[in-house]
Amino acid sequence: MMIDDAQTKLLLDVQNLTVRFAIKRGGLFGKAKHLYAVDDISFQIKRGETLAIVGESGSGKTTAALAVARLVSAYKGRVNLNGTDFLSLQDEDLRQARSKMQFIFQDPYSSLNPRIRAEKIVCEPLDNLDTIPKEERQNIVDKLFEAVGLHHEQQRLFPHQFSGGQRQRIGIARALATQPDLIICDEPVSALDVAVQAQILNLLRKLQADFGLTFLFISHDLGVVQHMCDSIAVMYMGKIVEYGDRKSLFNNPLHPYTKALLSAVPSVDKKRRAESKRILIPGDPPDPLDLPKGCRFANRCPVAQGRCQSEKPRLNEVTQAHSVACHLVNETGIAPIHE
Amino acid sequence: MSEPLLKVQNLRIELSLRDGIAPVIDDLSFELGAGESISFVGESGCGKSMTALGIMGLLPEKVGRIASGTITFDGEELTTVTQKRLRAIRGNEISMIFQEPMTSLNPVYTVGEQIAEVLRAHQGLSKSAAWNCAIELLDAVRIPNARRRVSDYPFQMSGGQRQRVMIAIALACEPKILIADEPTTALDVTVQAEIFDLLNELKRQTGTAIIMITHDMGAVAEMAERMIVMYAGRNAEQGPVEQIIDHPRHPYTKGLISCVPHIMATLNDERYELTEIAGIVPPLREFGQDRCLFASRCNMVSQKCLDKRPPEAIFGDGQRAACWHAGAI
Repeated sequence: MMIDDAQTKLLLDVQNLTVRFAIKRGGLFGKAKHLYAVDDISFQIKRGETLAIVGESGSGKTTAALAVARLVSAYKGRVNLNGTDFLSLQDEDLRQARSKMQFIFQDPYSSLNPRIRAEKIVCEPLDNLDTIPKEERQNIVDKLFEAVGLHHEQQRLFPHQFSGGQRQRIGIARALATQPDLIICDEPVSALDVAVQAQILNLLRKLQADFGLTFLFISHDLGVVQHMCDSIAVMYMGKIVEYGDRKSLFNNPLHPYTKALLSAVPSVDKKRRAESKRILIPGDPPDPLDLPKGCRFANRCPVAQGRCQSEKPRLNEVTQAHSVACHLVNETGIAPIHE
Repeated sequence: MSEPLLKVQNLRIELSLRDGIAPVIDDLSFELGAGESISFVGESGCGKSMTALGIMGLLPEKVGRIASGTITFDGEELTTVTQKRLRAIRGNEISMIFQEPMTSLNPVYTVGEQIAEVLRAHQGLSKSAAWNCAIELLDAVRIPNARRRVSDYPFQMSGGQRQRVMIAIALACEPKILIADEPTTALDVTVQAEIFDLLNELKRQTGTAIIMITHDMGAVAEMAERMIVMYAGRNAEQGPVEQIIDHPRHPYTKGLISCVPHIMATLNDERYELTEIAGIVPPLREFGQDRCLFASRCNMVSQKCLDKRPPEAIFGDGQRAACWHAGAI
């Protein structure tokens, strides 16, 4: 039997994922409205690779990640993890499937239980699953502590006795405990000091190489994303506006929003600062309960035209590895903003 | 050369802790000229914010004090002036914007009232004059439709707008020095870029000197002319921004620049390992010891570093680095 190579390599396949929240406006008898935090997004991750979702606060990147892990419920869409439909699983099947998808949280201070010792925190996923004999668990914990660069003696300590970077290491060890296929990293370094960030990023990359991990990486820091990822999805107001592999997206950003994001990152490189002109996107994003008819970025876009106000752009392929949702790119295939 | 606007000499700030006294600022000297902008860089716990609080006379009462050294502002010695005089200077001639625009505004007053309060207290303006001035200031920090937004409460504004209001409050009395303590860390990159542009433009218009505290080398490169790298309460390196970025003379500065993944102009398949600065900032009780406090994290460490605090090595254009091996880097 022939199996398509690309198919076997595909680990996570998310199709038309939509998450909405009910919002009540206008007092007691106000009509319930729905806020679409994630609106019909699709992406794929190949085994052993990293996909980053970038966007500013409120773009829906974290909600998308939570929905993939079923930590918020999706309103529509499919999440296919390694061939199983993750969103339809129930009870015991779900519990077992969850061991294949683990989460590293943003804040290492609030994501560890302050009253539990580090070894117990790391062991807890194994205790909950109860598939591995008790005697072997300690052995696994030892190995995990070593893998994330913590000392054996530190197993008996409580979270407050660790620094921020060390706590994040505990969080990483906990995520690795069940030998997951996919790890969702939700801003894993944004709460850490710059010098410690490098330690954690290097650790994540090393673990990825050693254990063949697949990451879904949520971040707002484009420098970190460029360093960590194989492909990138840029989100704005719940939509993916640009999606592509690392090289084509960073070397040839097409969507005006991606361009603006990239140009806003302060740089130590004198040459880059001189070359790139900052693209300003004044104003605020539209009210998510009252979205515009056309492109959601149109009111801030420096090159918007009449069509952008009235018609929604679709995410279209420009090349095989690069899609963008912009009318102006779709017509010409080139970026509407040049430097 | 004329006297600089602000001159800090051999400043030492001590905090009394349960296990003794820790010098959170240890022998810091720097100068700030009128209309100049400098940046303090370093990790958290290195004394960046303490320096700012020391200049403002806002050290935590009974815990922190200026043990020795001088802070001379416009010919006036700030370490010895009365509280009353200090209150007149604060907000009027030296003002500060804080990191969290969410928490540093009062949620039960409109932004207009909060801006007008400063003008009434410091400039003695009448209520209506202060209110009109508040509208002008909101317009100056480019909040659209200022006349209407002036009666908004902080919760009705976005993070970036709140930070603009903070800037309006800080600039209300046209201070000679504006201290910005991590003004953009809570904000998105595009908003950060707008705030930087705004600060730079206001600086050009009003001639205010800016002291910016940050941990982001990129922000320093965009905003400042000179930088002061702080480590464990001490000045690790100091000098012109471009020169230090091109050729840092302290291993800590070098680490800070190369530990962050910077966006590259053109990207290829190659991926470099990030340079790590192993370990973390030493605990407060180790501050003030007569050795190089960075030694435990440094890859160039030698016996000398552990025995004695390094003196400042002086290079061209005012670049100074407190490292025994500064010449070799």
